[in-house]
Amino acid sequence: MLLVVEQILNGLQFGLLLFLLAAGLTLVFGIMDLVNLAHGSLYMMGAYFAATFVAWTGSFVLGALLALGATLMLGIVLEYTALRHLYGRDHLDHVLATFGLILFFNEAVRLIWGPAGLALPLPSWLSVPVQIFPGIYYPAYRLAIIVVALAVALLLYLGVMRTRVGMLIRAGASNREMIGALGINIKLLYTLVFGLGAALAGLAGLMQAPILTVQIGMGENILILAFVVIVIGGIGSIRGAFLAAIFVGLIDTLGRAFLPDLLRQVLSSAAASTAAPALSSMLIYLLMAIVLVVRPEGLFPAVRR
Amino acid sequence: MKRPPNVQNLVAALVVAGLLLLPIYSLLTGNVFALTLFTRIVILALAACSLNLIMGYGGMMSFGHAAYLGIGGYAVGILAHEGIGSGFAQFPAALAASAIYALVIGALSLRTRGVYFIMITLAFAQMAYYVASGLARYGGDDGLTIYKRSDFAGLINLSNRVQFYYLCLACLLGTVVLIWRIVNSRFGLVVQGLRSNEQRMQAIGFPAKRYKLVCFVIAGTMCGLAGALLANNTDFVSPAMMYWTRSGDLMVMVILGGMGSLFGPVIGAVVYLVLEELLSQVTEYWALIMGPLLLLIVLFGRGGIMGLLASRS
Repeated sequence: MLLVVEQILNGLQFGLLLFLLAAGLTLVFGIMDLVNLAHGSLYMMGAYFAATFVAWTGSFVLGALLALGATLMLGIVLEYTALRHLYGRDHLDHVLATFGLILFFNEAVRLIWGPAGLALPLPSWLSVPVQIFPGIYYPAYRLAIIVVALAVALLLYLGVMRTRVGMLIRAGASNREMIGALGINIKLLYTLVFGLGAALAGLAGLMQAPILTVQIGMGENILILAFVVIVIGGIGSIRGAFLAAIFVGLIDTLGRAFLPDLLRQVLSSAAASTAAPALSSMLIYLLMAIVLVVRPEGLFPAVRR
Repeated sequence: MKRPPNVQNLVAALVVAGLLLLPIYSLLTGNVFALTLFTRIVILALAACSLNLIMGYGGMMSFGHAAYLGIGGYAVGILAHEGIGSGFAQFPAALAASAIYALVIGALSLRTRGVYFIMITLAFAQMAYYVASGLARYGGDDGLTIYKRSDFAGLINLSNRVQFYYLCLACLLGTVVLIWRIVNSRFGLVVQGLRSNEQRMQAIGFPAKRYKLVCFVIAGTMCGLAGALLANNTDFVSPAMMYWTRSGDLMVMVILGGMGSLFGPVIGAVVYLVLEELLSQVTEYWALIMGPLLLLIVLFGRGGIMGLLASRS
């Protein structure tokens, strides 16, 4: 029971991180119609910035805030110098150009920080377990991730649905030319949205950093999971991304935790321990395949343009 | 079909001649490295050609093409590991495994289009990558060493560098000819028609998905052959063969050379891999240059090298 609660919380935490990444990806795709593979690089840069700034300032929170600002700036610079020229081009061009950016970022990180990974130590006040239910303890830091990510998701929802900028973003997603014709500075809006997406990816990266090692290529595996999330959720839909991210996070975590035991009930122990790791990493891709067979547009497709 | 000689065909002929004569150069100068490098280039050019069949002619932007390299490679590796060393068993197994994988993946992925298709093929390839990492019996993450290359009963000796190179080159040229025959056949014309307007083709009465699926399977099988050759080339298979950056590399080769041109991918593979080799000799951080270079190629070089040549002629 204890393990189940803990794993569900882990799954939730992982799912929310995926959401932060997928939200930026799906926003950028929904509004600028841009496929950005380098989104995972922004996630990685967020983690590297955090590790550097935390070591530099000596404060976790201050370092994290600086890292967030740095990723935002990086996103804006990236959009301004490179990605801006890709709008309206073929998706294949996006894939290739941003693939080139991944190569660049990975190599730049190797040059600046060296090939070895970095560790981001947690401050003592975040590394203690807290009692969430009577008798059930959960690491404070993971709980903090859940709280922060939920707050960001709420802010994002309010920002997109209730503010004027959010209204412009939604309008841009449904008809780009029209809001440009209405006198909205569409270039500025795009830069803003891209920066927001970059900051979300950076936030996910810096929050994940203390749990995993900060290393080159860390953004690539999770980027593919984020793709799975937005394909399941429906491309361009933030609500779909949120639900699909939590779904994927839970299935992936619970699958890894409990599938070996479940398999052991039906298979021999040796067969189960060979099959389980492969099967549990396949689980979400199988899920995606099933979703595609039933609903090729994803579970919650964005409104048609 | 009779065509006047143009710059594109001239370049293609020069490249073929260069590839044919390379072992002689290598023997004369004792430059073994060039032969090793070009064996790899020829194999990856074969993979790029197969990707070009679906991407350039079929309009299916697969971002998971490296999966077939891995599947073909693992078919050879696993059979060799289990004591079946005959190439007459290994190569058909590699082709069959790739074809079956392509059939399943294609049937699922072709339900979608556009950017969904890109992401789904990517995700499936990544799934194949994780499955290979989970194969504890066959080395898991660390990969599997192949102690003996495929044995063709004395017909051809794969351990001989020159013979192996010519085998790879023969496979490449055979594939190019096959693709040429395919794209100029009725089937190929239908597939190209589907690329430009699927709705219209469907309205005429062509079962769009079936044509695309067959094309997808043919390309996957061809790439499985490249995988089997690659495994023999490196004497080693590992999940890294199908890591998604490898799929990206293949895409870059196709685009660089010229998507939808018969010989473009071969030229793309040669240029990309030679450039990579040269840059990595200049600096350890070659990707720092290669990355932005790709961006520039996308921004300014439409149609790839072949497109550039066509506009000159």
